[in-house]
Amino acid sequence: MLSEFLQYLFTGITIGATYALIALGFTLIYNASHVINFAQGEFLMIGGMTTVSLTAMGVPMLLAIILAVLLAGVFGILLQRFAIAPAKQADVVTLIIITIGASIFIRGLAQLVWGKEYHVMPNFSSDEPIRIFGAVLNSQSLWVLGIGAVLVVALVLFFTRTLIGKAILATSMNKEAARLVGIRTQLVLMLAFMVSALLGSIAGVVVAPITFTSYDIGIMLGLKGFVAAAIGGLGSGVGAVVGGLLLGVVEAMTAGYISSDYKDAVAFSMILVVLFFMPRGLFGAKVVERV
Amino acid sequence: MLKTFMRRAGKFAAIAAAGLVMSASVQAAEPIKIGSFLSVTGPASFLGDPELKTLQMYVDKINEDGGVLGRQLELIHYDDVGNASSARNFASRLIRSDQVDIIVGGSTTGATMAAVPLVEQAKVPFISLAGAVVITTPVKEWVFKIPQTDRMAAERILTDMKNRGFTKIGLISGTGGFGASGRKQTLEVAKDMGIEIVADETYSGSDTDMTAQLTNIRNTDGVQAVLNFGFGQGPAIVTRNYAQLGIKLPFYQSHGVASDSFLKLAGDSAEGLRLPASPLLVPNALPDNDPQKSVVQNYKSEYEARWDSKVSTFGGYAYDGLMLAVKAIEAAGSTDHEAVREALENIKGYVGVTGEFNMSPEDHNGLEADSFRILEVQNGDWKLID
Repeated sequence: MLSEFLQYLFTGITIGATYALIALGFTLIYNASHVINFAQGEFLMIGGMTTVSLTAMGVPMLLAIILAVLLAGVFGILLQRFAIAPAKQADVVTLIIITIGASIFIRGLAQLVWGKEYHVMPNFSSDEPIRIFGAVLNSQSLWVLGIGAVLVVALVLFFTRTLIGKAILATSMNKEAARLVGIRTQLVLMLAFMVSALLGSIAGVVVAPITFTSYDIGIMLGLKGFVAAAIGGLGSGVGAVVGGLLLGVVEAMTAGYISSDYKDAVAFSMILVVLFFMPRGLFGAKVVERV
Repeated sequence: MLKTFMRRAGKFAAIAAAGLVMSASVQAAEPIKIGSFLSVTGPASFLGDPELKTLQMYVDKINEDGGVLGRQLELIHYDDVGNASSARNFASRLIRSDQVDIIVGGSTTGATMAAVPLVEQAKVPFISLAGAVVITTPVKEWVFKIPQTDRMAAERILTDMKNRGFTKIGLISGTGGFGASGRKQTLEVAKDMGIEIVADETYSGSDTDMTAQLTNIRNTDGVQAVLNFGFGQGPAIVTRNYAQLGIKLPFYQSHGVASDSFLKLAGDSAEGLRLPASPLLVPNALPDNDPQKSVVQNYKSEYEARWDSKVSTFGGYAYDGLMLAVKAIEAAGSTDHEAVREALENIKGYVGVTGEFNMSPEDHNGLEADSFRILEVQNGDWKLID
């Protein structure tokens, strides 16, 4: 009985940690520009796929991961420079649509370069699962949780302690005012895209041993990550993590105790309920509209 | 204006057609047109790509060897991108404007079913390369198909389970088209065979962890074996979770993952699992008296030499489709649609890559469940069991 519950909980936490990591990337760009970057899933894919193909070429794993993350960062900058920046004064909805277009483009490119096969990535540490009270936990889940925690702390510090972080926040609150006090808003936006691409690709690398990776992995994981970010309240780092874990655990518990058929239905109903009572999500900032 | 133009164009076409017919009867070298619409790109390209390569390669080969009935073959193909409505448009173009003699194609069930009403109306023989039962059940006069149905796969798996003495099994299936149809067929076949499905779980295509479902199956009383019916990366994750949970029950997969890439994804976790598959995966393990052995070996070596990529079961469907078409045209002695259709319906004992085809007016597929071989994963490779 206990082992069953623990097993569902572990499953939920594993899935949830994955969602949470992805949700963090959405949070960052949303904070900087109020744009929901639907190409976030593609950063994830670039991270995972580049690591896999570099290790296949004989590059040591750690170096491959670093290179993959850097490559994703470059893609983040390119995305902002060549897709978002030229749109200049376009409103947020237009920018969101541009990111959808960019995601399709990147996916097509990846399909040409890497083909359509799924690829495996080995676990960071042992393949042996960890056994606790009769339930098993994939050792990679601990990596996902640990790296997720580190990233959240880093993000919080980044936004509260560094000048660049504060500049990003300022830009998101009021672009005009930020420019007036001397913040180069275009540069800030570019930085936000780069950091979020770095985040996304790290997530992609860490979850790849669990989920496998392929050119289109970003679609499904990206959407779930977005949902997690929305539950937690877009823009909140803690919210992204709580939203992700909550979504994962609810999915696993439903699959375990009710029926796997209703897993997604229950998860999505939960979003409706949360957003109905708390329209800005669990940890969303309270925004006072001046009329 | 348009009307006169159309009328003139019509007249011109009529004259041209008459000219063609005359020249054909004079030279008797008008090529036989084989039409095809395949999902060469898009999400189903893993089907259409090897299928097209196979068709191109063997049409060339047959032409070098002198063609069929002394006439060359001409392959006219379109890419439907896995989209049923473009499949329908291309089928219509093949019939009306290209005026093909026979169609070999339709990578997916959706594409095939979209074209079925057209070929039935135009009365053109059509050999489909897609899997679902609905294509040839109920029998459609002009429609034939190559692959075994998922029902046969279910029969084959459950028979093997029964032979090993398992009568209570757990089922976990994907919610996608393939998994859902497989689940339905498995439930029906199990009822007929007296096997009880004691646990029935599902997962969706985007799921990344199935331990919750597998824990439920493991904790079900009396379960003796587990079957996973699914497609894509899902079954590989199920297989890995199965090993992580340390479940010792015999494990079965469907033909949906019968490929080397599945072995690569699932790794050590796949050890000991069984699945029904085409003999194409184990060409050298077939006994020498197996009639399929030489066909399968030849196809594999020719394909891999020509394209420098691994042979796949799906390309094998195209091979059999083309060979059946050629055989039917030869037997009919002409490309007369009705004669070719009748010849197709009466093909008996054709040994192909997929299996031995015995067509009849009641059976436009012609395969038996035992054309699937049961394979077991041993030491990271396929081993022929039955």
